[in-house]
Amino acid sequence: MTEAELRSRALEKLLQVAPDIDPDALDPQVPIRDQYDFDSMDFLNFAIALAKEFQLNIPESDYPHLQSLQDTVDYLVRHTGEQDVSS
Amino acid sequence: MPQQVIRKNSDDWELIPNLLDYDAAREHFSWEHELEMLDGLPGGGLNIAHEAVDRHAADERHNHLALRWLDRNGRATDFTYGDLCALTNRFANVLRDLGVAKGDRVFGLSERVPELYITALGALKNGSVFCPLFSAFGPEPLRSRLSIGEARVLMTTESLYQRKVAPLRDSLPHLQYVLLVRDKTDAECPHGTLDFRALLQSAAESFTIENTDPEDPALLHFTSGTTGKPKGALHVHEAVLAHHASARLALDLHPQDVFWCTADPGWVTGTSYGIIAPLVIGATMIVDREEFDPERWYGILRDQHVSVWYTAPTAVRMMMKHGSALARQFELPALRFMASVGEPLNPEAVRWGEEAFGLPFHDNWWQTETGGIMIANYLSQPVRPGSMGRPLPGIEAAIVSAGDDGKLEVITEAGREGELALKRGWPSMFRTYLYEEARYQKCFRDGWYLTGDLARCDEDGYFWFVGRADDVIKSSGHLIGPFEVESALMEHPAVAEAAVIGIPDPVAGEIVKGFVSLRPDVDATSKAAVETLRREILALARKRLGPAVAPRQIQVENDLPRTRSGKIMRRLLKARELGLPEGDTSTLEGKE
Repeated sequence: MTEAELRSRALEKLLQVAPDIDPDALDPQVPIRDQYDFDSMDFLNFAIALAKEFQLNIPESDYPHLQSLQDTVDYLVRHTGEQDVSS
Repeated sequence: MPQQVIRKNSDDWELIPNLLDYDAAREHFSWEHELEMLDGLPGGGLNIAHEAVDRHAADERHNHLALRWLDRNGRATDFTYGDLCALTNRFANVLRDLGVAKGDRVFGLSERVPELYITALGALKNGSVFCPLFSAFGPEPLRSRLSIGEARVLMTTESLYQRKVAPLRDSLPHLQYVLLVRDKTDAECPHGTLDFRALLQSAAESFTIENTDPEDPALLHFTSGTTGKPKGALHVHEAVLAHHASARLALDLHPQDVFWCTADPGWVTGTSYGIIAPLVIGATMIVDREEFDPERWYGILRDQHVSVWYTAPTAVRMMMKHGSALARQFELPALRFMASVGEPLNPEAVRWGEEAFGLPFHDNWWQTETGGIMIANYLSQPVRPGSMGRPLPGIEAAIVSAGDDGKLEVITEAGREGELALKRGWPSMFRTYLYEEARYQKCFRDGWYLTGDLARCDEDGYFWFVGRADDVIKSSGHLIGPFEVESALMEHPAVAEAAVIGIPDPVAGEIVKGFVSLRPDVDATSKAAVETLRREILALARKRLGPAVAPRQIQVENDLPRTRSGKIMRRLLKARELGLPEGDTSTLEGKE
């Protein structure tokens, strides 16, 4: 899977939890909660949705790596790379 | 009844508990005696800010650390009682210089920054009424609260103002002064606002506190009912007696404690126990600018030597998800008491406290209307996991039900469910719902305040929460009125009708779920079209209400259950959703 695909699927999961986010205005480098009202329950739901979408086990200790969209994409690149070469 | 009682061992106590013997404490307690422990104003009045700040600043606690504020990077800024006295004097002078009078309402809308605390206490010194607003509220809850509360002054940050308040400004005729805490000071303040820090700096440092009467209004807290607008519960300066008593007895706070209440001052817990109570005791309080993060929190407990910690079930359950091993990596020798409030703490969470921190969580119960903790588990007393505990000294609680003649019956039989009621007259009892006296009077009958919570009391006097008597939703410890949410959903042009209920959630207790039916002319033929609409409606609700109030889930349901008179039955919707028996449906029309 390319980084662009990962980004688009991660963004889709984010919008599923918080459709009030404007994907065109979202700065991928800045933590989501600094740009929108995005609380800890939203965050939890986002992490769960990502885990399901990418069939990953995302331990709670990794949550700090999912603060911005770019962080999330980088995290997914690191954790989905091996599976996706074959897919 | 589940009875795995957690017993206490006096060898574990580092300080002699303020409440050692429950029955003796109840017998010997009096509010007159509690008042004697406070100072009072030189003119004979009573003022919360004087008891919280000035009386300590005037004695040997002048240089004692009152508030340690942690910024996003964890850097500390310290305020002694002397510092707080000077800063809150300055803010009271700012208000007086602007012509803001006794009884005028001063609102705070901000993340946890030091200026919020200075605003609350300075407003009280001026005799003004302080009202906190939750910073993650969307514009609609803000507009209704600022409007009902006739806010004359609003302290907020520049970014919150621009995002949420500026677009509403024209609809808030009472709002005269907006004081902005700004990161950048090179540019001019936005039109119609003033610079908080500049005003503070140029104000005088000495101030004579307004000689407030114990019955003068001090605090306004909004809460939600089943129907109608949010309710503004008004509290008076005498509430400080209950803040003092409950901090001593339910939280076992001593002046030498370092206390951390994780609640945001936007909710009543964060004001009563995140601003007032620890200062009234003369303790040190920790304020963290950041949101929940387990490692950060454990680091704060350790590095700040927190001795008494007051948190919430949702936070406890989130910590549980991260596992006790993480918590155990942090040595917390100073921590001696942990309490929780918001919704009932499940027995597993109470015991998880022991596994992770070597201490159980002590659940307690109270509401916006009660102003302070009413029922609690105590440091010296056995804990019954899952129970909210026993009434505080000075508080009489009972389970009641309305008899056939309309008279209230006090249920004395152990274990029988009914409505939790409190004998009226404690100092932090709310004195009215602002401009809604009739709604206020409906809360009382035969000398009892009816809480709207269903509960039971066991044979030893421990109270157990059962549920709400109405349709109000309790999510992450906050009450959410379904009407307020439904009104926002109805704003979407495709929505014909909306109904909102709470559904169980393992972390938040309950989450808000909205059901909407679509107008007949709306294209809902394809799955994709319905999904697009569903998201649009959710987006609108989140923008209007903010994530704490908006639904987490929305379902399009074109057949909402209704009574013959056309009213949507939330209760039946909930029964359906949870697969419960639907009960008496004789007034129902619609689905078979």
